[in-house]
Amino acid sequence: MIVQRIASGNTLPVLAVVGLIIALWYLMAIVLNAPWAYDQAGRQDTTLGFGELVAATWSQDRPRLPAPHQVTAELWKTTIEVAPTSRRSLFHHAWITLSATLLGFAMGTVLGILLAVAIVHNRAMDASVMPWIIASQTIPILAIAPMIIVVLASLGLTGLLPKAVISMYLSFFPVVVGMVKGLRSPDRILLDQLHTWNASEVETFLKLRWPAALPYLFASLKVAVAASLVGAIIGELPTGAVAGLGARMLSGSYYGQTVQIWSALVMASILAASLVALVGLAERVTGRLMGVRP
Amino acid sequence: MTTGSRAPVIEASGLSLTFATNDGPVHALSNVDLVVEKGDFVSFIGPSGCGKTTFLRVAADLEHPTSGTIRVNGMSPAEARQKRAYGYVFQSAGLFPWRTIEANIRLPLEIMGYSRAEQQERVRRVMALVELEGFEAKHPWQLSGGMRQRASIARALAFDADILLMDEPFGALDEIVRDKLNEQLLDLWRRTRKTIGFVTHSILEAAYLSTRIVVMSPRPGRVTDVIESTLPPDDRPLHIRESRDFLEIAARVRDGLRAGTDDEV
Repeated sequence: MIVQRIASGNTLPVLAVVGLIIALWYLMAIVLNAPWAYDQAGRQDTTLGFGELVAATWSQDRPRLPAPHQVTAELWKTTIEVAPTSRRSLFHHAWITLSATLLGFAMGTVLGILLAVAIVHNRAMDASVMPWIIASQTIPILAIAPMIIVVLASLGLTGLLPKAVISMYLSFFPVVVGMVKGLRSPDRILLDQLHTWNASEVETFLKLRWPAALPYLFASLKVAVAASLVGAIIGELPTGAVAGLGARMLSGSYYGQTVQIWSALVMASILAASLVALVGLAERVTGRLMGVRP
Repeated sequence: MTTGSRAPVIEASGLSLTFATNDGPVHALSNVDLVVEKGDFVSFIGPSGCGKTTFLRVAADLEHPTSGTIRVNGMSPAEARQKRAYGYVFQSAGLFPWRTIEANIRLPLEIMGYSRAEQQERVRRVMALVELEGFEAKHPWQLSGGMRQRASIARALAFDADILLMDEPFGALDEIVRDKLNEQLLDLWRRTRKTIGFVTHSILEAAYLSTRIVVMSPRPGRVTDVIESTLPPDDRPLHIRESRDFLEIAARVRDGLRAGTDDEV
């Protein structure tokens, strides 16, 4: 029974892809780490057989590409074996990044929705603001992130908020674009219908535009939440790498600790996948409450 | 036609509406004079582009005439709309997909500020009127096309508008369902005595339902004939469509339609 269900569902294809990625990862580890292994062997005047080469490339302290088991071991060491409050705990760093992500995501969502509402209801806003919103996203975030941190620091704001602001800067954009489309999505007939009942703008918004826009909102939120995480990580880079996943990546690169960088990367991607999955769950629950066709 | 006790509900005189398009002006309505009286069931029939829907939309304040005047219940269409003088049924049911059938019918009542108890009572009454009891908690996608259209009609009846404007409400339905809904609509009209403006493509439908049939023709959209039905308004079983009177009316509608389009076919 269980075997059948696994075989017929998504599980098997997903496992196959994961297996393929891990196999490719091990292979690349051999290729990328081989020069250093040969170099070491050359200094000791020994030659490496294939078995020895593989063993050597998968167990270096500072490999170009750490092997999956090395990253897993590092993850285990920095999550399970230390208290979550410790500064050495990856959970501690992940939480610092996550808190900035969530605050930035919330601010970006609210800002994005407010802008979209203004754009849909005001012709002047539509003509004047939209080009600036698009222009804002053409500036490389790496260039503007330090400015935001410096400016906010001079106003006395440090810590969580500057990172959240950078997060917001990335996440409001998909929300604006999706919501403008969503709020304009209702059929002409439904708008006419409300007009014949002499409904006000506010009623039209609450009873038609907003519910019609929700599917667009959730699609946007999935993009926005991932962008928020990227924003929070980038926000941690110029702060002197004190704490957070971005800090782990930066300090890892200072000291050539590739295993540390990769474990922070894996943690970040687990975080992103979980956040997107949570938005997807909220979408399904909302859909069910709204009686959407399953 | 104008017996003393009957009051005009929709009066149009010299009504014209021209749309500016990329291909030049389109004369959707040209110099239309028409009176719809209280309790009438008036059908508008004609080929596409004859302005039948446009006329209904002008009466509903969804389009604005270029020239001429139109009064609805003695008011401008905008005032009539603000006074909620009419219910409008669109070509597709236009139900809100995230609302249950009951909540869809309740929507105009919510907007018009009826009390909760009054909403409940009215929804129950009109759902019974269109025979949709038992489907209160269903969502539109769970209903057939005919049931959706009935819900849409119930919604237009839920508040106290004494005019019902219907734009090809049964156009997308198959013939069997359409017959049934035609019968139900006549029955409903008999019981409520609302004034009905009904746009259709179908000669049979127009001849079966109406007390008056307005035949229109396109380019420019104009009225070419107004036919008074000789059928008894209160006794029209479906098989009346085989009677001599019925066939004569249908023939006259067909002739009117042909005359209006002869010059270009």
